[in-house]
Amino acid sequence: MHPEDLGPILLEVNNIEVVYKDIIQVLRGVSLKVPEGQITALLGPNGAGKTTTLRAISGLLVPEDGQVVSGSILYRGENIANKPPEQIVLKGIVQVPEGRRVFKHLTVEENLRVGAVTRRDGAKVREDLERIYHYFPKLALIKTRLAGYCSGGEQQMLAIGRALLANPKLLLLDEPSLGLAPLLVREIFDIVAQINAEEGVTVLVVEQNARVALSVAHYGYIMESGRIALEGTREYLETNPDVKEFYLGVAKSGGRKSYKDVKSYRRRKRFM
Amino acid sequence: MVDFVQNLISGVAVGCIYALAGLGFVLIYKSSRVINFANGQFIAIGAFMAYALAVWVKLPVLLAALLAMLLTAGLGFLVERVFLRRLVGQPIISVIMVTIGLASVLDGLMYLTPFGSGNFTFPQFLPQGGLSLGGVNVSYPQLLAIGFTAIFLVLFSWFFQRSVLGVSMRAVADDQMAAMSVGVSVQQVFALAWAVAGLTAAAAGIVVGAVSGLNQDGLIAIGLAVFPAVILGGLDSVPGAVVGGIIIGVLQSFSTAYLDGLFSQIGLVGGGSQYVMPFVVLLVMLWFKPHGLFGTEEIERV
Ligand SMILES: Nc1ncnc2c1ncn2[C@@H]1O[C@H](COP(=O)(O)OP(=O)(O)OP(=O)(O)O)[C@@H](O)[C@H]1O
Ligand SMILES: [Mg+2]
Repeated sequence: MHPEDLGPILLEVNNIEVVYKDIIQVLRGVSLKVPEGQITALLGPNGAGKTTTLRAISGLLVPEDGQVVSGSILYRGENIANKPPEQIVLKGIVQVPEGRRVFKHLTVEENLRVGAVTRRDGAKVREDLERIYHYFPKLALIKTRLAGYCSGGEQQMLAIGRALLANPKLLLLDEPSLGLAPLLVREIFDIVAQINAEEGVTVLVVEQNARVALSVAHYGYIMESGRIALEGTREYLETNPDVKEFYLGVAKSGGRKSYKDVKSYRRRKRFM
Repeated sequence: MVDFVQNLISGVAVGCIYALAGLGFVLIYKSSRVINFANGQFIAIGAFMAYALAVWVKLPVLLAALLAMLLTAGLGFLVERVFLRRLVGQPIISVIMVTIGLASVLDGLMYLTPFGSGNFTFPQFLPQGGLSLGGVNVSYPQLLAIGFTAIFLVLFSWFFQRSVLGVSMRAVADDQMAAMSVGVSVQQVFALAWAVAGLTAAAAGIVVGAVSGLNQDGLIAIGLAVFPAVILGGLDSVPGAVVGGIIIGVLQSFSTAYLDGLFSQIGLVGGGSQYVMPFVVLLVMLWFKPHGLFGTEEIERV
């Protein structure tokens, strides 16, 4: 089964190479397709280039001095590679950065309002604000708190809410599970799945936590050393023996592999 | 007592000039972490433009002042577009060197004009004298300084708390990349900061002109006097710039009124304590509050 079978392709990344600071090549020909209305997962170990892939799509390579040097990124058929991020946001692609990156000295509500900075439909923004509070009721209780003093889970919800207020058609999530307790991770992924289902927002989520990401995704890609190593539907990836061993922590012989073994695999793969 | 209040008021009025000049400085620092060493030159250029428009073009003084503020805003905008934009992402020290270079160039250009030497006074546009309240006299130029500062403070607070653009500007100050991620144009924010800095610097220059006349070196010196004020207030705080400015102004006024006399009794007859006291207070205060009175402290959660 191909991503096309899941729905019309909203975003198509064709064989892109990304170079930082003119010399550090990180992506070596990455291709992937994101079907509209679905959740697509991009998995892989530390340093594989997942964040770089998202940045290439959202234009956020700019502040990192990175560039797409070859290949194309087609969004609804238009090549958006190397376009400035504010233009890409206007087209409907919004990235939630790794590590949440809320505006610490702004209140929760101010953070959300910045999310709507590109919008001119004030009345609709107020409606959307209420909708965010509906999906994340915890945020409604702390509207006036400085974001810097919110808990990690609240900050992650805020970062997602802020991005949603920009009214994305395609939401890019970079490791929403980072540093959060398992129950919170579950809660956040459930909300993302709910928003996907109810609002029709297409999601491309980067995760190291393959288990939770695959639990909500319809299709997935696995990335290693700047290339896509494997792709397939959730069912395919969840049953693939390599994925089971290296990403889901299940040994070939069945049963759970010790955490230490998985760790050491990850360490080998890490070159940051 | 009357003397004391009188000195206090003249200190507050001078402090308001520092506050006005400091607002733009803080705005640039807050959004981009750039220290603008050409602030004094903006002050001078704004004031001279107002003079030129009022005296040479014969516009009404208030209209001339307004136009000069807008033109200096345009200058700030241009400086950002032409010189600083190319430096985005370069080490901050290079950017600061550019502002120092810019200050020298603007200085040089002003020396080429008739304003390069001598003193100039605006045509009389405020009534003579001032308001007298219980023996304390507040001159109209002093009222102008205080009024201008109050107006700008209200506008700034509204802008930063209520307007989407203002809140986005604070967001850029907080985390540039995250601001870009939701579509804030960081370049627009920087350009806006420089334009507003030009505007408030011109306002400060014009008030100086109304209070004590125009002189290039004197106006540029205000740009330097702003440093202790904004550091005291906290480099990235708008209310800090105002409070810091007023504290420094009052300190200077009190030093001249009270300390110079004391010092001369012990043989220090130079009479320049107003130039020292701001820095003494600044050093002591930074000891206790290294971010200044209202400066942003890092929020660290573990
Ligand atoms: N701004 C940058 N400048 C230079 N090299 C970078 C930059 N950002 C990332 N890299 C390099 O690119 C490679 C891929 O990084 P990237 O952040 O895309 O990986 P990742 O898959 O997101 O990893 P993680 O799971 O740790 O977040 C790493 O080797 C990293 O050192
Ligand atoms: Mg990453």
